[in-house]
Parts: sequence; C-alpha cells; structure tokens
Amino acid sequence: MNDTTATYRVFPLGDSAFTIDFGNFIDISVNKKVISLFNYLQKEKLENILEVVPAYSSLTIYYDVLGIKKKYPGQRACELMKKTLEEILLKNIPGENDASTVTRIPVLYDGEDLLFISQEKNITVDEIIQIHSATNYRVYMLGFLPGFAYMGEVDERIAAPRKQQPRLKVEAGSVGIAGKQTGIYPSASPGGWQIIGRTPLKLFDATKENPTLLKAGDMVQFYSITKDEFKNR
Amino acid sequence: MSLKIVKAGILDTVQDKGRYGYQHLGINPGGAMDVFSMQVANILLGNDANEAAIEIHFPASAFLFEQDAIIAISGADFLPMINGEAIPLHRPVIINKNSVLQFRELKKGARCYLAVKDGLQLPSWLNSCSANLKIGIEGFLGKSLQQNDRIHFKTPNDYTSILNGKDTRITPWKADVNWDIFSVDSIYVLPGNELNRLEEESKRHFISDLFKISSLSDRMGYRLSGPGLWSTSEDELVSSAVSFGTVQLLPDGQLIILMADHQTSGGYPKIAHVITAHHSRLAQMRPEEKISFRFTDIKTAEELLLKQHQHLRQLENACKFRLQDFLKN
Repeated sequence: MNDTTATYRVFPLGDSAFTIDFGNFIDISVNKKVISLFNYLQKEKLENILEVVPAYSSLTIYYDVLGIKKKYPGQRACELMKKTLEEILLKNIPGENDASTVTRIPVLYDGEDLLFISQEKNITVDEIIQIHSATNYRVYMLGFLPGFAYMGEVDERIAAPRKQQPRLKVEAGSVGIAGKQTGIYPSASPGGWQIIGRTPLKLFDATKENPTLLKAGDMVQFYSITKDEFKNR
Repeated sequence: MSLKIVKAGILDTVQDKGRYGYQHLGINPGGAMDVFSMQVANILLGNDANEAAIEIHFPASAFLFEQDAIIAISGADFLPMINGEAIPLHRPVIINKNSVLQFRELKKGARCYLAVKDGLQLPSWLNSCSANLKIGIEGFLGKSLQQNDRIHFKTPNDYTSILNGKDTRITPWKADVNWDIFSVDSIYVLPGNELNRLEEESKRHFISDLFKISSLSDRMGYRLSGPGLWSTSEDELVSSAVSFGTVQLLPDGQLIILMADHQTSGGYPKIAHVITAHHSRLAQMRPEEKISFRFTDIKTAEELLLKQHQHLRQLENACKFRLQDFLKN
C-alpha cells in the first residue's frame, strides 16, 4: 500500500476466502484503501481468484481451492493464496482518485419516519430535509440487497438509530437513515432503517448491462422534489 | 419438447452452480443449495457437471414430459414415481412422452435435483441460470415453477425403440454418492474471526451441544435453536463479507448458518464456517433435525473438498460412454 501507516490483518473466511481487515471502523481514508485494492485486483484478474468483495474497512477475496490444488498438487491452497495476498499488500498500489462526478438523486421527502426523527432529534422536518440534502455522501460499499449502497456520513443532528422492530416490507426506492449511514432500498424488502423519503430512480435494473446505479467509491447528493415531480419522472 | 409443470410444488426453482463475480454490487451468488447432488445428477447423464437442473423441495411439483427424455434425480429421496411406479435415485432413467413425474413422500433429505440429458433451455443472467426470487427479473430467473409453466429441452429426443412400449427404462448402473464415509456425523467447521468473542462456557456449548434447525430456515439461512451463546463484547461490527456456511451469532444468543441465498455482507459476529465439502450434507438437513459442530483444520477442509471433487471425476469417467453405449444397444 502507498500509505506505510496502513495496518491490516488477514484472516480466513472459511476454507475458500480471505478477508483483509483494516480495522473495525468507518473511515473515508480506510475505505479508499479498500477500493483501490479492489480496483487493482479486479483489473489484474489474478489466476484462481474468483471474486473480490469490498466492504467498509475490509476486502474479501474468494479463491478457487481446487484450481490451486490442481496446479500445485500436494500444497495447501490457503497458504499459497495468503502468500500471494501478502505480496500484493506490500506493493505500492496507487490510491483511488476521488470520484469525478457526483450522482444526483431526487427524493420526495415524505417518509413515514420523519416525525420520529423530528421528535427523537428535536429538529423540524424541514431541517431534516435540508440537512440530508446538503451533504455529499460517499458510497462505502454495496450489500444487503442487489444495488443497495451504504452511504455516509450522515450529519449527527439527523443520525437516528435503526427501528426496534424492522418493517416487514419497505418499498423499492425508499430512502432511509440508520445511525450515520444513509441508503436507498433498490427493491421491496423487510428493513429496519428509518424511512425519510423515496426516489423515482431505479437503483437496480437487472436488464441493464450495469445493473446497479451506484458502486462503491461513488459520490452522491440528494435533492428534494415535489409530489408532482415524483409522479412525472 | 418440454417439461410441463402440471402442479406447482412449494419451492421448485431452476439452479446451477450460482452467479459469481457480482457480490461487490450486492448481487448474491445463489445457486443450488446442494451443488454436489446437482453435479451427480448431471454427470450421470453425461452433461456438463454445472448444467442447470431443477431444485425440488417437498411437497414437490408434478411434471409432465411432453416428449421422451432421459433424467437423473439426486439428493433427497422424495420417492419419485413415473405414472405411479417408483423410480430410483442416482440412475439415468429413460422416460416415455406423456408420462408424469411425481414425488410421493419425504423420505430422506431436504431437496433433490432433477437433471435432463443435454440440459434445459433457460435464460441466463450474469452467466448463470439460477433463479433469484428477490431481483424482480422476468421468467425462470426470477420465480419458482408455477402450474402450466413449460421448460423446453435443449435437444429433442425420441427413445421409442429403446422404451419398447414401456413408460420407463431404468439403466442398470448407479452412482455411488457416499464419498465421505470416514467423517463422523457432525458438521465440520473452521473457526470464525469472532469466535473468541464467545464466553468460554458458550464456546463449550458450541462444540458439545446439539443445535436444532428451526422452522424459520430457508434458502437464505438455517436458524438454529440451542443453548443461548453469549459474547464478551458489546462492540458492533461494521459490515463485511459473509459466505455460504458462515455461522453468525445473532443478538438473541442464537445462531444462523448462511446458505445459498445469503446476503453478500453482514455485521453479526462470525463464530465459525462450515467447510465447503460439508455444504451438501448440511443442505440435506431439514427443520427439526439436530446439528453437532466439530472443529477441524484448513488442511482437512481442503483434503475433503479434493476428495469430493475426485469422487465426482471418477463418476464422470465411469459414466462418460456408458449411456451412449446403452442407447446404441
């Protein structure tokens, strides 16, 4: 890594994957390291690496145990893969450039939980909308559902905790807050995030070549739209 | 030239090995719960081992063959019958058109795989035919089999001469599926990264107690009920990748084992990981059955996986020309 202060730990995730863990916290510079390493491995397409999955502060590498064992009979696939990864971690991998564009996402702020957040955080609904749409958010990772982007950081003034009892069904397009994270449900799903609004945009479309609107490392800004604007999208 | 669903089962879907390479977009791999059994069914027919098959749960669908076909069924034993006559598992069976395949009884296991010689004509998305019921995609990619659905065969076939007026013809050879005779009856696991968060007593319970698979179990995961296990740390984990076989500790002290339709990431403590070679065995366990876990090491995990693979390769070699020769004679 280009940053010599980067500390990490490599641990096995079962018998066919390793996770490179940079620590248990949400931090932009750490996530940038994760994404640059992810981009490097996606580009290099190393033999017997099946897929690479970035998260907030970790990167998981799934590998082909049988493929490695076939090429190096009698050797342990996990040891060879761990060695490969440790060599890569010593390389000077250029840091990720900041996203050059910001994806703007229209939101009709009429969510069911605005009132709860307003009471919980002692703030008006208008202020919640103003604060939520004033920040540029970073997409730290995708997970939970196809195309679900975990974004942050949400301003402390509106950072409401998850619901005690998750809803059985949150509609597709719902925009929510969970602590200092914000996100959009790409499809209908049970969910525990506090819902503040909805977007007419499709976050996930299986018929497209790039099925997700967002990817890890992207920047996002929300803007408020009216009911009519929502309908006419 | 098709297979028609005349009665829908509880959850029968089209599955192959799964959709790999897209977890960074939150798209989970899915795929067959018991890939080994799916591969056995395909190999028996001389198909590519990873050709898509139909994963069947009980109560199962009833299938009408609108054309002659050769099939193989592996995995769970639901007492398959053609026109009311029992047919065996793990064997190629030649079937006359207008025959109906039904599954009579849940005898053993949790899911079986119906493969058809030369494969089924199916849509593919991101290099896989596996159904994912959560993505809102059209056709067999996004749904379970429904009444009156038709799945076409890749190649039309006519086995009139070999059937000689009968409904079925059963081939005289059978796949040996018992590759794992030396393992004890437990599910083998490797330690998870947060295993050491468990209190000492909870750790002992984990390796010595039995855990019942709850009725809340599905293709996403098996919820277990057992002694409450407790963590020494209240620290929340930021989300990171999880995989098929990851055993997580839920806030209520119970465990969940993630299965084929698991999410790509999660934030619960990872206590252990079921070794890949035991995914098949686990996938054939059903609610109310009890699991005992046994820690193993990565060396054993890799060796067992290799052994399972070699068993399939041997089966492949044994089956290669057999069906062809049988059809010629």
